[in-house]
Amino acid sequence: MSAASRPVGEWPDAGGHFGPYGGCFVPETLMEPLRELEAAWTEARNDDGFQAELRRLLRDYVGRPTPLGRADRLSERLGVRVYLKREDLCHTGAHKINNALGQGLLVRRMGKTRVVAETGAGQHGVASATVCALLGLECVVYMGTEDMARQAPNVERMRLLGAEVRGVDSGQRTLKDAINEAMRDWVTNVRTTHYLLGSVLGGHPYPTMVRDLQAVIGREAREQILEGSKRLPDVLVACVGGGSNAIGLFHAFLGDAAVKMVGVEAGGRSTRPGDHAARFLPEAGAGAGVGVLQGTRTYLLQDPAGNVLPTHSVSAGLDYPAVGPEHALLHDEGRVEYASVTDEEALAAFHLLGETEGILPALESSHALAWVVREAPALQDQIVLLNLSGRGDKDLAIVIDATRPPRGPGQG
Amino acid sequence: MGRIGKSFARRRAEGRAAFVPFLTAGDPSLDRTVEAAVELERAGADVLELGVPFSDPLADGPVIQRASERALARGVTLEAVLGGVRRIRERSELPLLLFSYFNPLLQRGLERLAREAAEAGVDGVLITDLPPEEADGWLGAARGAALDTVFLAAPTSPPERLRRVAEASRGFVYAISRTGVTGERRALSDEAAPLVARLRELTDVPVALGFGLSTPEQVAEAGKVADGVVVGSALVRFLEEQPEGDLGAQVRWLTSAM
Repeated sequence: MSAASRPVGEWPDAGGHFGPYGGCFVPETLMEPLRELEAAWTEARNDDGFQAELRRLLRDYVGRPTPLGRADRLSERLGVRVYLKREDLCHTGAHKINNALGQGLLVRRMGKTRVVAETGAGQHGVASATVCALLGLECVVYMGTEDMARQAPNVERMRLLGAEVRGVDSGQRTLKDAINEAMRDWVTNVRTTHYLLGSVLGGHPYPTMVRDLQAVIGREAREQILEGSKRLPDVLVACVGGGSNAIGLFHAFLGDAAVKMVGVEAGGRSTRPGDHAARFLPEAGAGAGVGVLQGTRTYLLQDPAGNVLPTHSVSAGLDYPAVGPEHALLHDEGRVEYASVTDEEALAAFHLLGETEGILPALESSHALAWVVREAPALQDQIVLLNLSGRGDKDLAIVIDATRPPRGPGQG
Repeated sequence: MGRIGKSFARRRAEGRAAFVPFLTAGDPSLDRTVEAAVELERAGADVLELGVPFSDPLADGPVIQRASERALARGVTLEAVLGGVRRIRERSELPLLLFSYFNPLLQRGLERLAREAAEAGVDGVLITDLPPEEADGWLGAARGAALDTVFLAAPTSPPERLRRVAEASRGFVYAISRTGVTGERRALSDEAAPLVARLRELTDVPVALGFGLSTPEQVAEAGKVADGVVVGSALVRFLEEQPEGDLGAQVRWLTSAM
């Protein structure tokens, strides 16, 4: 099958493939539930009543449309005309609720009563807990214990919203392990339970359904920038963990050949295997490649025997060894460029946005900004539209800890 | 017909179900796995499922997860498992089924893996996270190497899926007795017998029942409805608690009510 046989924006095929990527690699028990989910989603997305209800809640509950703001002082500092798509202003503080709300309405429509979700940074967990409270659904969130420690405020937030947070102690105790555990719960309770997957990952139809629900970001942004500056941006930039906020922004622009798109991965501490989560890193060498993990075929950080490598990022939401299958195709087609920035660059960008614009961004979104900072000399006077996917309140402890000067002798 | 099919046929002629133990290869060590295969054959096991350790065993419960982690920590990769298979073959004719997640096989290369596995003495392969829809490449590679391909059938599978699973299966079809991950349960699920019955209407390939079986009573009950009974976690846990324990005695106990 040639990936070039259709325009990049018109995937997947009927089996959920994005060229050679995607598909559905799950235990047999989940195959029929996934087919039912696909059927329910196809029906819902074409149902005016469902769409009207989703639009109403996105407006009245989430606060959409989110603003597209000119970042004047930052722009002046960098010599780049930066616009920020303010997903951090969504209710619950990140883009994650766009997807959680859509799937929540679908759960109610399918007649299921219980929801399981995974979370890394906690933003998807909070969004899921919020939507379940709103719609009267039981909610269990799986979260790696490593992530629970570094994103403690979000753990408390989920509990206050009535969700049960279950710590996951296996593997690296981060996002990947939380997904494994959520899938184990789902396969056990599949008749009553919906798995509210938070990114463009997993078996078909998740990568497509989550993309469709996040595509509102790009639709709004395109309209807003055309209205505000009477032209399309030169560059779109977004961070990429699983890749839902990036796909959400990019999708409406895929047909705009002149718009360059950049996805920014977590470069972590170094390019050594285990020190980063940059799946597209060219020098990743032995660490990278294409594989199958958690239901989908995509770029995957793995060892030569096919076992998944540990990852590292200062940002829990980007700390994941695989990437959404549509990103894999967009990468190969050259439609989107993927780059990575280090923990250190992301932390510096966090401070920069706070000091120049009065906005504390999530460490995930700080990665996107760090790329703009680094590439600023090549972007002079260009219009860069950055997806500010979440706010940074959850990251205060990490940032404070990282910026505290090391203790010298006699101080401790 | 391969070793697996013959084994099932022999038991069917005796009027008894086949007993199919599962062990995670390399736990507590590959040496122990090789010894275990010999002990299991002597104790009357009919097919041995060898689990290939994987970093992300999302279809497995805690017992097999732990075993997989221990084996990986000892460096037991797919290649090492095939080495273990060759050593088993020096001493035993017990039919062997590799039980793996897809990614380790994919990284080896499906054609290459199929050839190497068959040469080492593997009789068939079951891939937990590979439904028939995605299996075209694998089926070609496996048929080319004369390996049996076992697919899973689930209580949630509608008739058209069961038909597809049965058509792709060689050796036997593995019927999952309940929704969920691997692990011991108190009773045989109500869903088990109807699933086996539905499969029987669609195929002559033997049907083995597994997931959650851990006592002689459950084994006997499952053996009444299916052509084979798979016991995994209970045996893996036995080796976890008593690495040098008498596995043969364990099998004789588990099959005592059949």
